[in-house]
Amino acid sequence: MRHTYLVIIFSLFTSSLLAQGDLLNLIEDSTPQKEYVTNAFKSTRVINGASMEHLGMGVLDFRISHRFGRLNGGKYQLWGLDQATIRLGLDYGITKRLMVGLGRSNSKKELDGFIKYRLLWQSRGKNAVPLSVILVTGMTVNGLKFDNPERKNYYTSRLTYYYQVILGRKFSERFTLQFTPTIVHRNFVDSVNFRHDIYALGSAARFKLNKRIAIVAEHFYVFPGSSIDKNYTNSFSIGFDIETGGHVFQLHFTNSLGMNERAFITDTDGKWDKGDIQFGFNISRVFTIVNKNRN
Amino acid sequence: MKKILLVAITLLGSIAVQAQSKYFTRDGKISFYSDASLEKIEANNSKVATVLDVSTGQFEFSVLMKAFDFEKALMQEHFNENYVESSKFPKSVFKGKIENIADIKFDKDGIYPIKVKGQLTLHGVTKDIATNGTLEIKNGIIKANSVFNILIEEYGIEIPKLVSEKVAKEVKVTVNVSLEPLAKS
Repeated sequence: MRHTYLVIIFSLFTSSLLAQGDLLNLIEDSTPQKEYVTNAFKSTRVINGASMEHLGMGVLDFRISHRFGRLNGGKYQLWGLDQATIRLGLDYGITKRLMVGLGRSNSKKELDGFIKYRLLWQSRGKNAVPLSVILVTGMTVNGLKFDNPERKNYYTSRLTYYYQVILGRKFSERFTLQFTPTIVHRNFVDSVNFRHDIYALGSAARFKLNKRIAIVAEHFYVFPGSSIDKNYTNSFSIGFDIETGGHVFQLHFTNSLGMNERAFITDTDGKWDKGDIQFGFNISRVFTIVNKNRN
Repeated sequence: MKKILLVAITLLGSIAVQAQSKYFTRDGKISFYSDASLEKIEANNSKVATVLDVSTGQFEFSVLMKAFDFEKALMQEHFNENYVESSKFPKSVFKGKIENIADIKFDKDGIYPIKVKGQLTLHGVTKDIATNGTLEIKNGIIKANSVFNILIEEYGIEIPKLVSEKVAKEVKVTVNVSLEPLAKS
């Protein structure tokens, strides 16, 4: 009889133990799923240069980039606010990994276009990839009338090409770092002393302050020997990304007036220590053109 | 010796009964719907893990937040980045109990109304939920259905004024899972 009690008590005990256990533990998969890292930057451009972010598939991004004049212009220029340089851009995400873009700058009446492809995508979990690798290639077309119309001018003289590899990693929810080795090839240069090929290394970082605001900074180092002339300086920009619903506002200070790769990598001559700094902003507005099919 | 054997057999038997009383899925469906004046937002998740113990009526749901699929890529980004913060709170969990489990005959096909009570943990905040639903039993498969509303504010999810016309305060959650017996392992 005693034993029967024991059996009953014992079996009650074991069953209650099982019942109390975490039910989900019974089926939980211990190997974590592969998960792509997203939102390394708020926008597809850090400030001037391309970021490791892509547009979603079927998403159109209308970008208005605006730079005022130099802060050291003084009161007469209202510290730069009297001048305006702009670039209007349209970018489109063809797939999650492939996007294209077109832009027009008022400076040099320049048209630019690019293709951006994500070769490797940083991910966590199974078969994790530690960093993203993105390839960018683009072209700019100078739209100004030729300086010397009397001589034979070639259309190809208007063209500049650029090639970039973006190596980026989102280290944490807050911090992202990327490096961008770049080659810019100019078909036409102003003097025989200037090089056609410019080698540069871009670096950019983001630090998120909260869910909607981040500090971003960007620098392009041009390797000695390939510099254009004495006045040339490296491009450095720092600012804030502010996100509100479908818009991203990027407010910043920069010593580059240009907003395409040819312009800000090879044409920057502002010096930070002399106050040749422009205040500028980019506004990005995305539209979903192609909706995913509803289930 | 005989008695020890008896104890062992009873024990094994009780464990076996326990194991057979559990039903599960890893690809259950949960969707939610936000109906605001300017925008309707719908998202579907078909990777919901669920375990139901029919002997006690207790059950648990685990929902991977990043697995919600939206019509627009930007909605999905905002959902994960700004609202549910899925890097910080990757999973939402519901632990509950079917109150009227005794009324359900699991060996008999049919549709049974159920009353459910439990706790939903979302965005790191746990709240009580009570709702109704149905269980449909057919050929040893249990299909569970339920619809309930949650106030997103209660889970510490802020909606900025700027988008208050686009994101509803109350979100309708639809649960649709099909459970199979959990094999002994």
